Amino acid sequence: MKTVYLDNNATTRVAPEVVEEMLPYFSELYGNPSSMHSFGGNLGLKVREARARIANLLGAQPDEILLTSGGTESDATAIHAALAANPHKRHIVTTRVEHPAIKNLFEQYGKNGYRVSFIPVDREGRLDMQTFGDSLTDDTAVVSMMWANNETGVLFPVEDVAAELHDRGILLHTDAVQAVGKVPIDLARTPMDMLSLSGHKLHGPKGIGALVIRKGTKFKPLMVGGHQEQGRRAGTENVPGIIGLGKACELAAGNLADIGTRVQGLRDRLEEALLAAVPQCMINGDRPNRLPNTTSIAFEYVEGEAILLMMNEFGIAASSGSACTSGSLEPSHVLRAMGIPFTAAHGSIRFSLSHYTTAEEIDFVIDKMPPIIERLRQMSPFWKQAVQSG
Amino acid sequence: MWDYTDKVKEHFLNPRNVGTIHNADGVGEVGSLACGDALTLYFKLDDAGRIADAKFQTFGCASAIASSSALTELIIGKTLEEAEKLTNEDIAAYLGDLPKEKMHCSVMGQEALEKAIAQYRGESDRQVEGQIVCECFGITDREIEKTVREHRLTSIEDVTGYLKAGGGCGNCHDKIQQIMDNVFGQPVSIQPRAKKMTNIQKIKLIEETLEREIRPTLRQDGGDIELVDVEGSQVVVNLRGTCASCSKSQVTLKSYVEAKLRELVTDDLVVEENRL
Repeated sequence: MKTVYLDNNATTRVAPEVVEEMLPYFSELYGNPSSMHSFGGNLGLKVREARARIANLLGAQPDEILLTSGGTESDATAIHAALAANPHKRHIVTTRVEHPAIKNLFEQYGKNGYRVSFIPVDREGRLDMQTFGDSLTDDTAVVSMMWANNETGVLFPVEDVAAELHDRGILLHTDAVQAVGKVPIDLARTPMDMLSLSGHKLHGPKGIGALVIRKGTKFKPLMVGGHQEQGRRAGTENVPGIIGLGKACELAAGNLADIGTRVQGLRDRLEEALLAAVPQCMINGDRPNRLPNTTSIAFEYVEGEAILLMMNEFGIAASSGSACTSGSLEPSHVLRAMGIPFTAAHGSIRFSLSHYTTAEEIDFVIDKMPPIIERLRQMSPFWKQAVQSG
Repeated sequence: MWDYTDKVKEHFLNPRNVGTIHNADGVGEVGSLACGDALTLYFKLDDAGRIADAKFQTFGCASAIASSSALTELIIGKTLEEAEKLTNEDIAAYLGDLPKEKMHCSVMGQEALEKAIAQYRGESDRQVEGQIVCECFGITDREIEKTVREHRLTSIEDVTGYLKAGGGCGNCHDKIQQIMDNVFGQPVSIQPRAKKMTNIQKIKLIEETLEREIRPTLRQDGGDIELVDVEGSQVVVNLRGTCASCSKSQVTLKSYVEAKLRELVTDDLVVEENRL
């Protein structure tokens, strides 16, 4: 059975060009870039090229790119560095809808004596800017605000807040793992201090990521040891991963236009068709202000895991904000923070498209989804009551 | 992805006996939309008092739907007396087992059956007995105690798997632990305290630990110990008897007294001898 892969916010297919570029560095070109001999040392050129490609996608400088093992490490490194640079400040700010890499990190800092503000969002997933502004004090060391939400795709105004935070001497970190490669990012025109990205979300390999640290930002390494990455991150470089990430970033720069037009068109078509064909369903999140590839659709009165497993029977891969898929028993913290009612949160499905998604695939999903929802609703004790009460 | 058996998958994709029964003899409703799963069970008896037909409607995940389907298959043809002997484990076994985290789906089946039978017999809905422990899912201490006893559950994760209790905010984890401790007869006061204690509680616990654990051991060698003061995490003691003159007394103090107090009171205690 052919897989229709619409779970690209979870991970993506590694682009064939990326695989091709990486392969020699697993076999004959296995050197260590730190070596004095040219067999290893020459790899330094390749790593430099990759760094330049990553910087180019983001409007950053190559020496502002710190290579890490992925989004989680980049996030932890950024916050660690921000707090080490501001040892007297004890307040940190983030949002209620961050990825666990930030959410759980901030909760941990909260337990270790920091005052943490989690800024709420409204029903559409938009940040409460009033509360955000009010939360900032002279004691605030760092704000971490995701560029785009992984579940709903809603974009936060990170570029807009950067200038004000900069003027007030508060560091700004953004978890841009979902945004990089999907929306244009130009750090040259925004005074943002740190940005995290992850390779496998943009058709690169898993286990590689980067933290952009803008020039002039004070830094303290999270991992100490060797002198790699100019002493900012110890450990022998993941050379094939770095080269793969570089290639993925180069490709992403070329595919941004496709994501913003054709892929967005497919996403919109999927939404329109399902809203028209399935009664009592709705889009979670601020529709005009989202990633072009993401939609979170709430099918009321049915449960997400059951939907996903029925979709799986047709080879359709997506994900859910439902409790049952995670084992946590409570629906996603993002949907709860938005105040999405339980009737809808449990039955929310996230479709995330990519450069590789085709119109045929979307048509296939449009064809298969309504009977799946209908079938589960016929089993649900709440559906009849819901229809009767209008 | 959950590790579902083929039987679970098959009953999820082709559930038996979905629907409602008009003029049913018994109806049992459990769960709610907020909880993420709910089941309504209907049954109709024949003239001989056997369950002639059973139907269900379920809102929930694959294992909830499969458990409901299994429940109806298991009770059709049985008398109520036979049916009420059914346990959630029978449902799980019929499906070739359920993941531990999904046991509550089979518990929901058993509860719906109990309710439907009670309704048929005209027994009023059982009042919620006991005190609510898990506020997220409305689970009482009695329910937790009963399930812990029946299934010999020894971890909070197991309790959450069976009842959902503790699967939300997590505020009730201490209470669930306490219920398990009571059931299995472990003295509660000797457990390491994870929670922050007041100073008075801490001093009391240090006293108790000295009395119950430490003194008897020291006395075997003719020594003794007395508590002088507790200041924050600093515990000041006097060594008595042979301990007072023993050259190994500092070793005893650190490697035995301090270690024991850290284990049973809080892990940041520092024990020092009174120098005054």
